[in-house]
Amino acid sequence: MADKKKKNLPPIAQNYQAFQDKREVKRPIVKNCIKAFLVGGFICFIGQLISTFYIYFFDFTEQTAGNPTTATLIFITMLLTGFGVYDRIGQFAGAGSAVPVTGFGNAVISAAIEHRTEGFVLGVGGNMFKLAGSVILFGVFSAFVVALIKTIIITWGGF
Amino acid sequence: MIFFWAFVVGGIICVIGQIMFDVFKLSPGHTLSILVVSGAILDGLGLYEPLIDFAGAGATVPITSFGNSLVHGAMQEAEKHGIIGVITGMFEVTSSGISAAIIFGMIGALIFKPKG
Repeated sequence: MADKKKKNLPPIAQNYQAFQDKREVKRPIVKNCIKAFLVGGFICFIGQLISTFYIYFFDFTEQTAGNPTTATLIFITMLLTGFGVYDRIGQFAGAGSAVPVTGFGNAVISAAIEHRTEGFVLGVGGNMFKLAGSVILFGVFSAFVVALIKTIIITWGGF
Repeated sequence: MIFFWAFVVGGIICVIGQIMFDVFKLSPGHTLSILVVSGAILDGLGLYEPLIDFAGAGATVPITSFGNSLVHGAMQEAEKHGIIGVITGMFEVTSSGISAAIIFGMIGALIFKPKG
């Protein structure tokens, strides 16, 4: 796809592209991956602590403990986002803080806080899912397709 | 022991995300969407449930579990009501994540002021 895009550009732009590729700062991939592993693992470790807490004190089972854990993690994210700590974690950890459900929470909450100056209906209401909307859209649609196929196989396949 | 595996599996899923960021140069939005879709597909194949049994929060905290539990809710209702259940049951299991995000997002907007 990148080649196709390049062909349509005028020569000067192509030169610029080559120049830009040469000058682009190499990303320290291994270092970033280690950071992502440690921070992401740590967030999941905290999640495990919280869900163990719910299993022992509130009679949740292993399967159902995921729900209150998610809510609790998003609550913690709200505090961290509000005090501006989550941004710094995000800069350090990259995907390590974006991939866990806290990253989803951060995307929603930071958008909500950021747009409150535009008013609560048009600002907060309209922009809350600006970043996280794509996750919900593709999650729901792919889940719909997968579940539909599976249901059809089970219903008419006779398994 | 489950704490150790939660750490390792959760970390590995984050590394996969980081590789998508750095090596394939995808935006966070694309990365998260791909992870959610792959979670849904893995659950469709019946592979995600064993991972949750094995790693606990290491599998339920990353965003892949969002796709997984969407499929799960849809399948639970589909067993009772057939095809219609796929749509009515979609958010049965995931409701907590989305409602928590909305509620705490609103509370956050009420309490905190945007910086800079």
